[in-house]
Amino acid sequence: MSDLEVSLSGKPKIALYWASSCGGCEIAVLGIHEKILDVANAFDIVLWPCVLDGKVADVEALKDGELLFTLFNGAIRNDENYEMAQLLRRKSQLLVAFGSCAHEGCIPGLANFSNRRQMFDWIYHNAPTTHNPDGVEPAAGGWEFPEGRVHIPAYWDTVKTLDQVVDVDYYLPGCPPEADRIWDALTAIMEGKLPPQGSVIGAHVTVCDECLRSKHEKKITKFYRPHQIIPEPDLCLLEQGILCAGIATRSGCGALCPQVNMPCRGCYGPNQGVVDQGARFLSGVASVIDSQDPEEIEAILDTIPDPAGTFYRFSLPHSLLHRVAWGAHPGESILSGNGQEA
Amino acid sequence: MSEKDNFEPVIVGFLCNWCSYRAADLAGTSRIKMPPNVRDIRVMCTGRLDPVFVLKALREGADGVLVMGCHPGQCHYVEGNYKTMRRMALLKRTLRQFGLEDERVRLEWASAAEGPKFAATVTQMTETIRELGPLNWKQLLGGNGHFRPVLEPELEEVAA
Ligand code: SF4
Ligand code: SF4
Ligand code: SF4
Ligand code: FES
Repeated sequence: MSDLEVSLSGKPKIALYWASSCGGCEIAVLGIHEKILDVANAFDIVLWPCVLDGKVADVEALKDGELLFTLFNGAIRNDENYEMAQLLRRKSQLLVAFGSCAHEGCIPGLANFSNRRQMFDWIYHNAPTTHNPDGVEPAAGGWEFPEGRVHIPAYWDTVKTLDQVVDVDYYLPGCPPEADRIWDALTAIMEGKLPPQGSVIGAHVTVCDECLRSKHEKKITKFYRPHQIIPEPDLCLLEQGILCAGIATRSGCGALCPQVNMPCRGCYGPNQGVVDQGARFLSGVASVIDSQDPEEIEAILDTIPDPAGTFYRFSLPHSLLHRVAWGAHPGESILSGNGQEA
Repeated sequence: MSEKDNFEPVIVGFLCNWCSYRAADLAGTSRIKMPPNVRDIRVMCTGRLDPVFVLKALREGADGVLVMGCHPGQCHYVEGNYKTMRRMALLKRTLRQFGLEDERVRLEWASAAEGPKFAATVTQMTETIRELGPLNWKQLLGGNGHFRPVLEPELEEVAA
Protein backbone atom coordinates (compact mmCIF):
# COMPACT_ATOMS: atom_id res chain seq x y z
CA MET A 1 0.00 0.00 0.00
CA SER A 2 2.80 2.40 0.84
CA ASP A 3 3.23 3.47 -2.79
CA LEU A 4 -0.44 4.42 -2.81
CA GLU A 5 -0.29 6.56 0.31
CA VAL A 6 -2.14 9.76 -0.36
CA SER A 7 -0.03 12.83 0.00
CA LEU A 8 -2.96 15.16 0.22
CA SER A 9 -4.50 16.95 3.08
CA GLY A 10 -8.05 15.86 3.68
CA LYS A 11 -9.90 13.04 2.04
CA PRO A 12 -8.51 11.32 -1.04
CA LYS A 13 -10.34 12.24 -4.21
CA ILE A 14 -12.03 9.70 -6.45
CA ALA A 15 -14.14 9.68 -9.62
CA LEU A 16 -16.71 7.45 -11.24
CA TYR A 17 -17.35 7.78 -14.93
CA TRP A 18 -19.50 6.32 -17.69
CA ALA A 19 -18.35 6.10 -21.29
CA SER A 20 -20.40 4.00 -23.72
CA SER A 21 -22.58 2.57 -21.00
CA CYS A 22 -26.21 1.89 -20.16
CA GLY A 23 -25.94 3.61 -16.77
CA GLY A 24 -26.54 0.35 -14.93
CA CYS A 25 -23.01 0.25 -13.59
CA GLU A 26 -23.28 3.70 -12.04
CA ILE A 27 -26.48 2.66 -10.32
CA ALA A 28 -24.97 -0.69 -9.29
CA VAL A 29 -22.59 1.19 -7.00
CA LEU A 30 -25.63 2.16 -4.96
CA GLY A 31 -26.29 -1.55 -4.50
CA ILE A 32 -23.87 -1.45 -1.58
CA HIS A 33 -26.72 0.37 0.21
CA GLU A 34 -25.85 2.29 3.38
CA LYS A 35 -22.17 1.45 2.95
CA ILE A 36 -22.14 4.18 0.32
CA LEU A 37 -22.01 6.53 3.32
CA ASP A 38 -18.71 4.94 4.36
CA VAL A 39 -17.46 5.61 0.86
CA ALA A 40 -18.62 9.23 1.06
CA ASN A 41 -16.91 9.54 4.45
CA ALA A 42 -13.65 8.10 3.22
CA PHE A 43 -13.44 9.88 -0.14
CA ASP A 44 -14.17 13.13 -1.85
CA ILE A 45 -16.11 12.25 -5.01
CA VAL A 46 -15.08 14.68 -7.75
CA LEU A 47 -17.08 13.22 -10.63
CA TRP A 48 -20.03 10.80 -10.77
CA PRO A 49 -22.22 11.97 -13.66
CA CYS A 50 -25.23 9.82 -12.84
CA VAL A 51 -25.45 10.88 -9.20
CA LEU A 52 -23.52 14.09 -8.48
CA ASP A 53 -23.04 17.40 -10.21
CA GLY A 54 -19.30 17.22 -10.83
CA LYS A 55 -17.88 18.73 -14.02
CA VAL A 56 -15.17 17.53 -16.37
CA ALA A 57 -13.44 20.88 -15.78
CA ASP A 58 -13.10 19.92 -12.09
CA VAL A 59 -11.16 16.86 -13.17
CA GLU A 60 -9.07 18.80 -15.68
CA ALA A 61 -8.09 21.20 -12.88
CA LEU A 62 -6.60 18.40 -10.78
CA LYS A 63 -2.92 17.56 -10.70
CA ASP A 64 -1.92 14.36 -12.50
CA GLY A 65 -2.44 11.40 -10.18
CA GLU A 66 -4.49 13.47 -7.75
CA LEU A 67 -7.42 11.04 -7.93
CA LEU A 68 -6.74 8.00 -5.77
CA PHE A 69 -8.87 5.91 -8.10
CA THR A 70 -11.48 6.06 -10.82
CA LEU A 71 -14.17 3.46 -11.36
CA PHE A 72 -14.62 3.63 -15.12
CA ASN A 73 -17.61 1.93 -16.69
CA GLY A 74 -18.63 1.79 -20.32
CA ALA A 75 -16.89 0.83 -23.53
CA ILE A 76 -14.93 3.16 -25.82
CA ARG A 77 -16.77 3.86 -29.04
CA ASN A 78 -16.30 7.54 -29.81
CA ASP A 79 -13.76 10.33 -29.44
CA GLU A 80 -15.31 11.61 -26.24
CA ASN A 81 -15.12 8.21 -24.53
CA TYR A 82 -11.51 8.03 -25.63
CA GLU A 83 -10.58 11.51 -24.40
CA MET A 84 -12.24 10.90 -21.03
CA ALA A 85 -10.40 7.59 -20.68
CA GLN A 86 -7.11 9.39 -21.29
CA LEU A 87 -7.96 12.24 -18.95
CA LEU A 88 -9.05 9.98 -16.10
CA ARG A 89 -6.07 7.71 -16.63
CA ARG A 90 -3.77 10.69 -16.27
CA LYS A 91 -5.47 12.01 -13.15
CA SER A 92 -5.87 8.64 -11.38
CA GLN A 93 -3.39 6.56 -9.43
CA LEU A 94 -5.58 3.53 -9.97
CA LEU A 95 -7.88 3.06 -12.93
CA VAL A 96 -10.47 0.33 -12.47
CA ALA A 97 -12.32 -1.08 -15.48
CA PHE A 98 -15.71 -1.32 -13.84
CA GLY A 99 -18.26 -3.67 -15.34
CA SER A 100 -18.41 -5.74 -18.47
CA CYS A 101 -18.49 -2.79 -20.92
CA ALA A 102 -15.15 -1.42 -19.78
CA HIS A 103 -13.71 -4.90 -19.16
CA GLU A 104 -14.87 -6.85 -22.24
CA GLY A 105 -16.95 -4.53 -24.43
CA CYS A 106 -20.25 -6.12 -23.39
CA ILE A 107 -23.52 -5.41 -25.23
CA PRO A 108 -22.30 -2.13 -26.83
CA GLY A 109 -19.43 -4.22 -28.18
CA LEU A 110 -21.85 -6.27 -30.26
CA ALA A 111 -21.72 -3.26 -32.60
CA ASN A 112 -18.47 -4.83 -33.79
CA PHE A 113 -20.63 -7.22 -35.78
CA SER A 114 -21.33 -4.20 -37.98
CA ASN A 115 -19.71 -0.82 -38.53
CA ARG A 116 -20.55 2.85 -38.15
CA ARG A 117 -22.45 3.10 -41.41
CA GLN A 118 -24.57 0.05 -40.63
CA MET A 119 -25.22 1.31 -37.12
CA PHE A 120 -26.31 4.74 -38.37
CA ASP A 121 -28.51 3.23 -41.09
CA TRP A 122 -30.35 1.23 -38.49
CA ILE A 123 -30.52 3.76 -35.68
CA TYR A 124 -31.28 6.92 -37.69
CA HIS A 125 -33.14 5.50 -40.71
CA ASN A 126 -34.36 1.93 -40.74
CA ALA A 127 -35.36 0.88 -37.24
CA PRO A 128 -39.16 0.55 -37.04
CA THR A 129 -39.27 2.94 -34.10
CA THR A 130 -37.24 5.64 -35.88
CA HIS A 131 -39.07 8.74 -37.09
CA ASN A 132 -36.53 10.88 -38.92
CA PRO A 133 -38.09 12.29 -42.11
CA ASP A 134 -35.18 14.70 -42.71
CA GLY A 135 -32.66 11.87 -42.45
CA VAL A 136 -30.62 13.71 -39.82
CA GLU A 137 -27.46 12.01 -38.56
CA PRO A 138 -24.95 13.17 -35.98
CA ALA A 139 -22.11 14.95 -37.76
CA ALA A 140 -18.87 14.98 -35.86
CA GLY A 141 -17.26 18.33 -35.21
CA GLY A 142 -17.84 21.66 -33.51
CA TRP A 143 -21.06 23.49 -34.32
CA GLU A 144 -22.23 26.98 -33.43
CA PHE A 145 -25.82 27.47 -32.35
CA PRO A 146 -27.54 30.56 -30.92
CA GLU A 147 -27.47 28.78 -27.56
CA GLY A 148 -23.75 28.11 -27.75
CA ARG A 149 -21.16 25.79 -29.17
CA VAL A 150 -21.87 22.08 -29.43
CA HIS A 151 -19.22 19.46 -29.92
CA ILE A 152 -20.32 16.15 -31.39
CA PRO A 153 -17.67 13.47 -30.98
CA ALA A 154 -16.72 11.21 -33.88
CA TYR A 155 -18.35 7.83 -33.70
CA TRP A 156 -16.01 4.88 -34.27
CA ASP A 157 -16.45 1.87 -36.47
CA THR A 158 -15.03 -0.37 -33.81
CA VAL A 159 -15.85 -0.55 -30.11
CA LYS A 160 -12.83 -0.92 -27.83
CA THR A 161 -12.45 -1.98 -24.25
CA LEU A 162 -10.88 0.40 -21.74
CA ASP A 163 -7.59 -1.51 -21.62
CA GLN A 164 -7.32 -1.33 -25.40
CA VAL A 165 -6.94 2.45 -25.18
CA VAL A 166 -5.25 3.13 -21.81
CA ASP A 167 -3.48 1.11 -19.08
CA VAL A 168 -5.85 -0.42 -16.56
CA ASP A 169 -4.91 -1.40 -13.00
CA TYR A 170 -7.86 -3.57 -11.96
CA TYR A 171 -10.90 -5.17 -13.48
CA LEU A 172 -14.26 -5.53 -11.81
CA PRO A 173 -16.30 -7.71 -14.15
CA GLY A 174 -20.04 -8.20 -14.44
CA CYS A 175 -23.01 -6.58 -16.12
CA PRO A 176 -23.21 -4.91 -13.72
CA PRO A 177 -20.73 -6.02 -11.02
CA GLU A 178 -22.34 -7.61 -7.99
CA ALA A 179 -22.61 -5.33 -4.96
CA ASP A 180 -20.55 -7.70 -2.81
CA ARG A 181 -17.68 -7.63 -5.30
CA ILE A 182 -17.90 -3.82 -5.51
CA TRP A 183 -17.62 -3.69 -1.75
CA ASP A 184 -14.69 -6.15 -1.84
CA ALA A 185 -12.91 -3.81 -4.22
CA LEU A 186 -13.67 -0.67 -2.23
CA THR A 187 -12.58 -2.21 1.07
CA ALA A 188 -9.43 -3.55 -0.57
CA ILE A 189 -8.60 0.02 -1.58
CA MET A 190 -9.63 1.58 1.74
CA GLU A 191 -7.68 -0.98 3.77
CA GLY A 192 -4.76 -1.01 1.37
CA LYS A 193 -5.07 -4.75 0.72
CA LEU A 194 -4.96 -4.62 -3.03
CA PRO A 195 -4.34 -7.76 -5.09
CA PRO A 196 -1.48 -7.73 -7.62
CA GLN A 197 -1.87 -5.09 -10.29
CA GLY A 198 -3.81 -6.29 -13.33
CA SER A 199 -5.99 -8.61 -11.24
CA VAL A 200 -9.57 -9.32 -12.07
CA ILE A 201 -11.61 -8.93 -8.89
CA GLY A 202 -13.86 -12.00 -8.96
CA ALA A 203 -13.59 -15.73 -8.36
CA HIS A 204 -10.93 -17.95 -9.90
CA VAL A 205 -13.42 -20.68 -10.70
CA THR A 206 -16.15 -20.86 -13.34
CA VAL A 207 -19.84 -20.22 -12.82
CA CYS A 208 -20.35 -24.00 -13.12
CA ASP A 209 -18.16 -24.51 -10.07
CA GLU A 210 -20.50 -22.36 -7.99
CA CYS A 211 -23.70 -23.58 -9.62
CA LEU A 212 -25.78 -25.88 -7.44
CA ARG A 213 -27.52 -27.73 -10.27
CA SER A 214 -26.62 -31.41 -10.55
CA LYS A 215 -24.19 -32.30 -13.31
CA HIS A 216 -23.77 -35.54 -15.24
CA GLU A 217 -22.28 -36.53 -18.55
CA LYS A 218 -23.77 -34.24 -21.18
CA LYS A 219 -25.21 -35.64 -24.43
CA ILE A 220 -27.08 -33.06 -26.46
CA THR A 221 -29.22 -33.76 -29.52
CA LYS A 222 -31.08 -30.45 -29.71
CA PHE A 223 -30.51 -26.97 -28.36
CA TYR A 224 -33.29 -24.84 -26.91
CA ARG A 225 -33.61 -21.12 -26.37
CA PRO A 226 -34.84 -20.24 -22.89
CA HIS A 227 -38.39 -19.53 -24.06
CA GLN A 228 -38.69 -22.87 -25.84
CA ILE A 229 -38.40 -25.13 -22.81
CA ILE A 230 -39.41 -25.32 -19.16
CA PRO A 231 -36.22 -26.62 -17.58
CA GLU A 232 -36.01 -29.29 -14.88
CA PRO A 233 -35.44 -27.37 -11.67
CA ASP A 234 -32.26 -28.98 -10.36
CA LEU A 235 -30.50 -30.30 -13.42
CA CYS A 236 -27.68 -28.52 -15.26
CA LEU A 237 -29.23 -26.33 -17.95
CA LEU A 238 -26.62 -27.17 -20.58
CA GLU A 239 -27.41 -30.83 -20.02
CA GLN A 240 -30.99 -29.97 -20.99
CA GLY A 241 -29.84 -28.35 -24.22
CA ILE A 242 -29.95 -24.73 -23.06
CA LEU A 243 -26.83 -22.80 -24.05
CA CYS A 244 -25.35 -21.90 -20.69
CA ALA A 245 -22.10 -19.93 -20.67
CA GLY A 246 -21.26 -21.06 -17.14
CA ILE A 247 -18.66 -23.43 -18.59
CA ALA A 248 -16.61 -20.53 -19.95
CA THR A 249 -17.36 -17.75 -17.47
CA ARG A 250 -15.59 -16.50 -14.37
CA SER A 251 -17.69 -16.70 -11.27
CA GLY A 252 -18.02 -13.86 -8.84
CA CYS A 253 -21.77 -13.53 -9.07
CA GLY A 254 -22.43 -16.75 -7.15
CA ALA A 255 -24.03 -18.39 -10.22
CA LEU A 256 -27.05 -16.11 -10.02
CA CYS A 257 -28.78 -16.78 -13.35
CA PRO A 258 -28.95 -20.59 -13.23
CA GLN A 259 -30.53 -20.25 -9.79
CA VAL A 260 -33.57 -18.72 -11.44
CA ASN A 261 -33.74 -21.05 -14.45
CA MET A 262 -31.90 -18.70 -16.78
CA PRO A 263 -28.67 -19.80 -18.44
CA CYS A 264 -25.55 -17.85 -17.64
CA ARG A 265 -24.96 -15.37 -20.48
CA GLY A 266 -21.29 -14.90 -19.68
CA CYS A 267 -21.30 -11.39 -18.23
CA TYR A 268 -18.31 -11.95 -15.93
CA GLY A 269 -16.07 -12.62 -18.91
CA PRO A 270 -13.71 -15.55 -19.46
CA ASN A 271 -12.59 -17.57 -16.49
CA GLN A 272 -9.04 -17.35 -15.20
CA GLY A 273 -6.45 -18.23 -17.84
CA VAL A 274 -8.85 -18.21 -20.79
CA VAL A 275 -7.98 -15.85 -23.65
CA ASP A 276 -11.14 -16.03 -25.70
CA GLN A 277 -14.41 -16.68 -23.91
CA GLY A 278 -16.35 -17.35 -27.11
CA ALA A 279 -13.91 -20.00 -28.32
CA ARG A 280 -14.02 -21.71 -24.93
CA PHE A 281 -17.82 -21.67 -24.84
CA LEU A 282 -18.03 -22.88 -28.44
CA SER A 283 -15.56 -25.67 -27.80
CA GLY A 284 -17.43 -26.93 -24.74
CA VAL A 285 -20.80 -26.80 -26.47
CA ALA A 286 -19.56 -28.64 -29.56
CA SER A 287 -17.94 -31.39 -27.56
CA VAL A 288 -21.17 -32.41 -25.78
CA ILE A 289 -23.16 -32.85 -29.00
CA ASP A 290 -24.20 -36.48 -29.15
CA SER A 291 -23.47 -37.43 -32.73
CA GLN A 292 -20.65 -38.74 -34.89
CA ASP A 293 -22.38 -38.13 -38.18
CA PRO A 294 -21.54 -34.91 -40.04
CA GLU A 295 -25.06 -34.39 -41.38
CA GLU A 296 -26.70 -35.04 -38.07
CA ILE A 297 -24.20 -32.68 -36.41
CA GLU A 298 -25.16 -29.93 -38.86
CA ALA A 299 -28.84 -30.54 -38.12
CA ILE A 300 -28.22 -30.22 -34.39
CA LEU A 301 -26.18 -27.05 -34.94
CA ASP A 302 -29.11 -25.60 -36.89
CA THR A 303 -30.86 -25.30 -33.52
CA ILE A 304 -28.32 -22.61 -32.51
CA PRO A 305 -29.67 -19.50 -34.29
CA ASP A 306 -26.83 -17.03 -33.67
CA PRO A 307 -23.63 -18.80 -32.66
CA ALA A 308 -21.28 -15.80 -32.80
CA GLY A 309 -23.69 -13.53 -30.95
CA THR A 310 -24.27 -16.21 -28.33
CA PHE A 311 -20.65 -17.13 -27.72
CA TYR A 312 -19.37 -13.55 -27.82
CA ARG A 313 -22.36 -11.82 -26.27
CA PHE A 314 -20.24 -9.97 -23.71
CA SER A 315 -16.71 -10.27 -25.00
CA LEU A 316 -16.56 -9.48 -28.71
CA PRO A 317 -14.22 -6.42 -28.52
CA HIS A 318 -11.89 -8.33 -26.19
CA SER A 319 -11.92 -11.49 -28.29
CA LEU A 320 -9.08 -12.55 -30.56
CA LEU A 321 -10.88 -11.47 -33.72
CA HIS A 322 -12.25 -8.29 -32.11
CA ARG A 323 -14.70 -7.42 -34.88
CA VAL A 324 -16.14 -8.77 -38.14
CA ALA A 325 -14.29 -8.49 -41.43
CA TRP A 326 -14.77 -5.19 -43.17
CA GLY A 327 -16.78 -6.57 -46.06
CA ALA A 328 -18.93 -8.83 -43.88
CA HIS A 329 -22.69 -9.01 -44.37
CA PRO A 330 -22.94 -7.67 -47.92
CA GLY A 331 -26.26 -6.21 -48.90
CA GLU A 332 -26.13 -3.95 -45.92
CA SER A 333 -24.46 -0.71 -46.86
CA ILE A 334 -20.74 -0.73 -46.38
CA LEU A 335 -18.28 1.71 -47.85
CA SER A 336 -15.54 0.09 -49.86
CA GLY A 337 -12.26 -0.26 -48.08
CA ASN A 338 -10.50 -2.66 -45.82
CA GLY A 339 -10.56 -0.92 -42.48
CA GLN A 340 -8.33 2.08 -42.96
CA GLU A 341 -6.97 3.64 -39.85
CA ALA A 342 -7.99 7.07 -38.73
CA MET B 1 0.58 -6.03 -60.61
CA SER B 2 -2.05 -6.22 -57.96
CA GLU B 3 -1.50 -7.43 -54.42
CA LYS B 4 -3.13 -10.69 -55.40
CA ASP B 5 -0.52 -11.46 -58.09
CA ASN B 6 2.34 -11.41 -55.61
CA PHE B 7 0.39 -13.13 -52.95
CA GLU B 8 1.80 -16.30 -51.38
CA PRO B 9 -0.80 -17.65 -48.95
CA VAL B 10 0.28 -18.49 -45.43
CA ILE B 11 -1.62 -21.53 -44.23
CA VAL B 12 -1.18 -22.98 -40.75
CA GLY B 13 -1.62 -26.75 -40.71
CA PHE B 14 -2.47 -28.64 -37.53
CA LEU B 15 -1.68 -32.31 -38.09
CA CYS B 16 -2.26 -35.15 -35.67
CA ASN B 17 0.80 -37.11 -34.71
CA TRP B 18 -0.53 -40.56 -35.55
CA CYS B 19 -2.01 -40.19 -39.01
CA SER B 20 -1.78 -36.93 -40.87
CA TYR B 21 1.68 -35.88 -39.71
CA ARG B 22 2.89 -39.26 -40.96
CA ALA B 23 1.02 -38.72 -44.19
CA ALA B 24 2.94 -35.44 -44.52
CA ASP B 25 6.19 -37.30 -43.85
CA LEU B 26 5.31 -39.89 -46.43
CA ALA B 27 4.48 -37.21 -48.99
CA GLY B 28 7.94 -35.74 -48.31
CA THR B 29 9.94 -38.98 -48.44
CA SER B 30 8.03 -39.99 -51.59
CA ARG B 31 9.12 -36.65 -53.10
CA ILE B 32 5.61 -35.67 -54.13
CA LYS B 33 5.58 -32.08 -55.38
CA MET B 34 3.43 -29.65 -53.42
CA PRO B 35 3.50 -25.93 -52.67
CA PRO B 36 5.42 -24.85 -49.56
CA ASN B 37 2.61 -22.66 -48.20
CA VAL B 38 1.40 -24.83 -45.32
CA ARG B 39 3.30 -24.41 -42.03
CA ASP B 40 2.77 -27.69 -40.22
CA ILE B 41 2.26 -27.87 -36.49
CA ARG B 42 2.06 -31.32 -34.94
CA VAL B 43 -0.56 -31.97 -32.27
CA MET B 44 -0.91 -35.34 -30.56
CA CYS B 45 -4.53 -35.58 -31.72
CA THR B 46 -6.87 -33.20 -33.50
CA GLY B 47 -8.92 -33.47 -30.30
CA ARG B 48 -6.17 -31.34 -28.72
CA LEU B 49 -6.98 -28.55 -31.13
CA ASP B 50 -8.59 -25.81 -29.11
CA PRO B 51 -10.61 -23.57 -31.48
CA VAL B 52 -8.59 -20.73 -30.00
CA PHE B 53 -5.53 -22.02 -31.93
CA VAL B 54 -7.40 -21.46 -35.17
CA LEU B 55 -8.52 -17.96 -34.16
CA LYS B 56 -5.03 -17.06 -33.06
CA ALA B 57 -3.51 -18.22 -36.34
CA LEU B 58 -6.03 -16.16 -38.32
CA ARG B 59 -5.57 -13.11 -36.16
CA GLU B 60 -1.79 -13.28 -36.28
CA GLY B 61 -1.60 -13.33 -40.05
CA ALA B 62 -2.56 -16.74 -41.44
CA ASP B 63 -4.68 -16.64 -44.59
CA GLY B 64 -6.09 -20.08 -43.89
CA VAL B 65 -5.98 -22.96 -41.43
CA LEU B 66 -5.85 -26.63 -42.41
CA VAL B 67 -6.64 -29.26 -39.78
CA MET B 68 -5.92 -32.89 -40.59
CA GLY B 69 -6.37 -36.00 -38.50
CA CYS B 70 -7.12 -39.70 -38.55
CA HIS B 71 -10.19 -40.90 -40.41
CA PRO B 72 -13.34 -41.13 -38.28
CA GLY B 73 -13.23 -44.32 -36.26
CA GLN B 74 -9.42 -44.45 -36.42
CA CYS B 75 -8.37 -41.80 -33.91
CA HIS B 76 -5.73 -43.20 -31.58
CA TYR B 77 -7.59 -41.66 -28.69
CA VAL B 78 -10.86 -43.18 -29.92
CA GLU B 79 -12.99 -40.08 -30.32
CA GLY B 80 -10.73 -37.05 -30.40
CA ASN B 81 -11.47 -36.51 -34.08
CA TYR B 82 -15.24 -36.72 -33.54
CA LYS B 83 -14.93 -33.88 -31.06
CA THR B 84 -12.94 -31.97 -33.66
CA MET B 85 -15.55 -32.72 -36.32
CA ARG B 86 -18.17 -31.05 -34.12
CA ARG B 87 -15.97 -28.17 -32.99
CA MET B 88 -14.88 -27.31 -36.50
CA ALA B 89 -18.47 -27.42 -37.75
CA LEU B 90 -19.55 -24.96 -35.07
CA LEU B 91 -16.42 -22.85 -35.47
CA LYS B 92 -17.05 -22.54 -39.20
CA ARG B 93 -20.58 -21.32 -38.60
CA THR B 94 -19.24 -18.77 -36.15
CA LEU B 95 -16.48 -17.61 -38.48
CA ARG B 96 -19.01 -17.16 -41.26
CA GLN B 97 -20.69 -14.55 -39.05
CA PHE B 98 -17.31 -12.84 -38.70
CA GLY B 99 -17.25 -12.54 -42.48
CA LEU B 100 -14.65 -15.25 -43.17
CA GLU B 101 -15.05 -17.35 -46.28
CA ASP B 102 -15.73 -21.02 -45.49
CA GLU B 103 -12.75 -22.19 -47.52
CA ARG B 104 -10.26 -20.50 -45.19
CA VAL B 105 -10.68 -23.12 -42.52
CA ARG B 106 -10.65 -26.74 -43.60
CA LEU B 107 -10.85 -30.11 -41.89
CA GLU B 108 -9.61 -33.21 -43.71
CA TRP B 109 -8.70 -36.76 -42.81
CA ALA B 110 -5.54 -38.55 -43.99
CA SER B 111 -4.15 -41.83 -42.70
CA ALA B 112 -0.42 -42.49 -42.36
CA ALA B 113 -0.51 -44.19 -45.77
CA GLU B 114 -2.15 -41.28 -47.59
CA GLY B 115 0.85 -39.19 -48.58
CA PRO B 116 -0.66 -38.38 -51.99
CA LYS B 117 -3.92 -37.27 -50.41
CA PHE B 118 -2.00 -34.97 -48.08
CA ALA B 119 -0.10 -33.42 -51.00
CA ALA B 120 -3.28 -33.03 -53.04
CA THR B 121 -5.09 -31.34 -50.14
CA VAL B 122 -2.23 -28.93 -49.57
CA THR B 123 -2.04 -28.10 -53.28
CA GLN B 124 -5.75 -27.58 -53.59
CA MET B 125 -6.09 -25.49 -50.46
CA THR B 126 -3.15 -23.28 -51.45
CA GLU B 127 -4.80 -22.56 -54.79
CA THR B 128 -8.17 -21.87 -53.17
CA ILE B 129 -6.66 -19.38 -50.73
CA ARG B 130 -4.60 -17.79 -53.49
CA GLU B 131 -7.89 -17.15 -55.30
CA LEU B 132 -9.50 -15.68 -52.21
CA GLY B 133 -6.59 -13.35 -51.57
CA PRO B 134 -4.97 -12.27 -48.29
CA LEU B 135 -6.99 -12.20 -45.08
CA ASN B 136 -5.03 -9.41 -43.36
CA TRP B 137 -6.87 -9.57 -40.06
CA LYS B 138 -4.23 -7.49 -38.29
CA GLN B 139 -4.60 -4.72 -40.81
CA LEU B 140 -8.34 -4.80 -40.26
CA LEU B 141 -7.77 -4.11 -36.59
CA GLY B 142 -5.45 -1.24 -37.42
CA GLY B 143 -1.72 -1.79 -37.04
CA ASN B 144 -1.13 -3.12 -33.57
CA GLY B 145 -4.61 -4.53 -33.69
CA HIS B 146 -6.02 -2.55 -30.86
CA PHE B 147 -5.16 1.05 -30.56
CA ARG B 148 -6.57 3.15 -33.35
CA PRO B 149 -10.27 3.38 -34.01
CA VAL B 150 -11.20 2.13 -37.46
CA LEU B 151 -12.90 5.11 -39.04
CA GLU B 152 -14.50 5.54 -42.37
CA PRO B 153 -12.61 8.14 -44.45
CA GLU B 154 -15.78 10.15 -44.90
CA LEU B 155 -16.12 10.63 -41.16
CA GLU B 156 -12.50 11.56 -40.72
CA GLU B 157 -12.93 14.62 -42.92
CA VAL B 158 -15.95 15.86 -41.05
CA ALA B 159 -14.16 15.43 -37.74
CA ALA B 160 -11.08 17.34 -38.85
S1 SF4 C 1 -21.62 -3.53 -17.88
FE1 SF4 C 1 -23.84 -3.85 -18.12
S2 SF4 C 1 -24.72 -2.60 -16.47
FE2 SF4 C 1 -22.62 -1.87 -16.78
S3 SF4 C 1 -22.79 -0.19 -18.25
FE3 SF4 C 1 -22.36 -2.06 -19.41
S4 SF4 C 1 -24.38 -2.81 -20.04
FE4 SF4 C 1 -24.71 -1.36 -18.36
S1 SF4 D 1 -23.61 -25.20 -17.50
FE1 SF4 D 1 -24.90 -23.67 -16.46
S2 SF4 D 1 -26.48 -24.84 -15.45
FE2 SF4 D 1 -24.86 -26.30 -15.98
S3 SF4 D 1 -23.58 -26.38 -14.14
FE3 SF4 D 1 -22.70 -24.80 -15.48
S4 SF4 D 1 -23.64 -22.89 -14.79
FE4 SF4 D 1 -24.88 -24.57 -13.93
S1 SF4 E 1 -24.66 -16.31 -14.01
FE1 SF4 E 1 -23.45 -15.57 -15.75
S2 SF4 E 1 -24.72 -14.01 -16.76
FE2 SF4 E 1 -25.61 -14.40 -14.71
S3 SF4 E 1 -24.66 -12.82 -13.40
FE3 SF4 E 1 -23.39 -14.64 -13.25
S4 SF4 E 1 -21.79 -14.39 -14.81
FE4 SF4 E 1 -23.44 -12.94 -15.28
S1 FES F 1 -4.93 -39.25 -33.04
FE1 FES F 1 -5.31 -38.60 -35.09
S2 FES F 1 -7.14 -37.47 -34.82
FE2 FES F 1 -6.90 -38.31 -32.81
